[in-house]
Amino acid sequence: MIYQGKALCYGDNIDTDVIIPARYLNTTDPYELSLHCMEDLDPSFKEKVKEKNILVVGENFGCGSSREHAPLAIKASGVQCIIAKSFARIFYRNAINIGLPILELPSAVEKIKEGDLIKVDFINGIVENLSTGEKFETKPFPQLIQEIINKGGLINFAKERIKGGEL
Amino acid sequence: MGLTITEKILLKHSKNREISPGDLIFVKLDFILANDITAPLAIKEFKKIGAKRVFDPEKIALIPDHSTPNKDIKSAQQVKEVRDFAREQEIKYFYDGGKVGIEHVLLPEEGLVLPGDCIIGADSHTCTYGALGAFSTGVGSTDLAYAMTFGEIWLKVPESIKFIYYGRLPKWVGGKDLILFTIGKIGVDGARYKAMEFTGEVIRRLPMADRFTMCNMAIEAGAKNGIIEPDEITLEYVTNRAKRNFEVLDSDKDANYSEIYEWDVSNLEPMVAFPHLPSNVYPISEVTNKNITLDQVYIGSCTNGRLEDLRIAAKILKGHKVNPNLRLIITPATPLIYMSALREGLIEIFLSAGAIITPPSCGPCLGGHLGVLAEGERALSTTNRNFVGRMGHPKSEVYLSNPAVAAASAILGKISAPWEVEVKE
Repeated sequence: MIYQGKALCYGDNIDTDVIIPARYLNTTDPYELSLHCMEDLDPSFKEKVKEKNILVVGENFGCGSSREHAPLAIKASGVQCIIAKSFARIFYRNAINIGLPILELPSAVEKIKEGDLIKVDFINGIVENLSTGEKFETKPFPQLIQEIINKGGLINFAKERIKGGEL
Repeated sequence: MGLTITEKILLKHSKNREISPGDLIFVKLDFILANDITAPLAIKEFKKIGAKRVFDPEKIALIPDHSTPNKDIKSAQQVKEVRDFAREQEIKYFYDGGKVGIEHVLLPEEGLVLPGDCIIGADSHTCTYGALGAFSTGVGSTDLAYAMTFGEIWLKVPESIKFIYYGRLPKWVGGKDLILFTIGKIGVDGARYKAMEFTGEVIRRLPMADRFTMCNMAIEAGAKNGIIEPDEITLEYVTNRAKRNFEVLDSDKDANYSEIYEWDVSNLEPMVAFPHLPSNVYPISEVTNKNITLDQVYIGSCTNGRLEDLRIAAKILKGHKVNPNLRLIITPATPLIYMSALREGLIEIFLSAGAIITPPSCGPCLGGHLGVLAEGERALSTTNRNFVGRMGHPKSEVYLSNPAVAAASAILGKISAPWEVEVKE
């Protein structure tokens, strides 16, 4: 799982209300949600993300509501992966569970500038800034989370449990 | 080394012999819930897993409380999906029509969430039930689908932070002010991934309604759960409501905390959170001279829509009129609270003052319906979040306070202290 793309940067405490406002939560369709992703924070997000699809964000990304519509909207917008200083816990779980790649790597976030070409080696936890030649490393995910990621999310993980004879 | 109440509950619900913070474990769940925004997605994912039946139809609550009474066709469609699923799966605690209340007020009232329980809900304010001495946390819809299938979930055992409050709370100061003060001190990610354990002599005297308010907003500091050890006040609340057995647990004296905060709150004032973060708090004495005029005041939500909150509001509003420059919207959180407020004469006080009463719903809190803000409008709200666009237009503003400040401000037309209004007995 290696992703390459340009960085799109935002700050700290980006909450789920601005990622996808509640007025659009009357649908579960990821495409429909993506049409309004981040619009209260940055009305030009939809355009920017076509060119820059690696989100680089600050502390506590995804704080607030538990709405899984938030990572779904981001994923359907074409974002390949998110690098943050830190994630709010429910957003973190939701992203892992739906198979949206995320990494916590504060040192990388501090150095990366919008538009930099970034390469993310998700499995080994390595982020390379190809524009500057800088390289950043983080601890790999714990084993259980690796397993969920490798299966493509919690639903596939669950399917295998059922196939394995449970229920 | 001893264990915190959070660690004890998680240990009892896991297959592990011992646990410590940072461990990833699977825990059995006593109760799970979802609402009309999160359940449709959970149902979709549940169907993908391929299980035919939910793990236990008596341990699941589905509560369409966010967009009900249905605000538009798409919302109606979502509620219908939940209703169809509830019927097909024979979900025992499906609340529809006139039975709907705000989930986090309704479930404790119904005695369905209890001390010692391990609970998850597809709603971030599921942390409210920690006030009963339960481990309770919010998750997303896919987690809920997994939990509906297997009756368990993966969790990371959180570190705990202990908050000890000393002294005696002044008049008009309650749980809302304690939690806003606390979030102001530690920030919106001050307890990220962690358990917030509230204790001390102030908590031991604090009524249940205020305890629910405090644990409700633990998520606003980024916490996994808020929790208060059960005592006589808890047992008095729970005993006649409990629909099943429960277990009272407490923290060991030698339990380990990542941080301990100790505050004397004898001089605490009503607190107001300014836009656009709940941590952006000021004591009311630093706010009243700023002449912050308002277009709307909202009293309600899972944070402050309980009978005790309505009583406080009524005490201040009695014999007064809502300022003609604003709308006052009041939402009793459950049908039972609505009925009690009616019997106690609170609803008459509200209507006489010129307030709007809505049916029990989350509506206004998240800018869904029943009182959405226009561009440039400013609201004071007893709810839990004041993020950009939370209650309507992205260029509207939300301030947060307790119900007493909200009621006084509704009369005076700007953010005001309760003692600025004459209380008419």
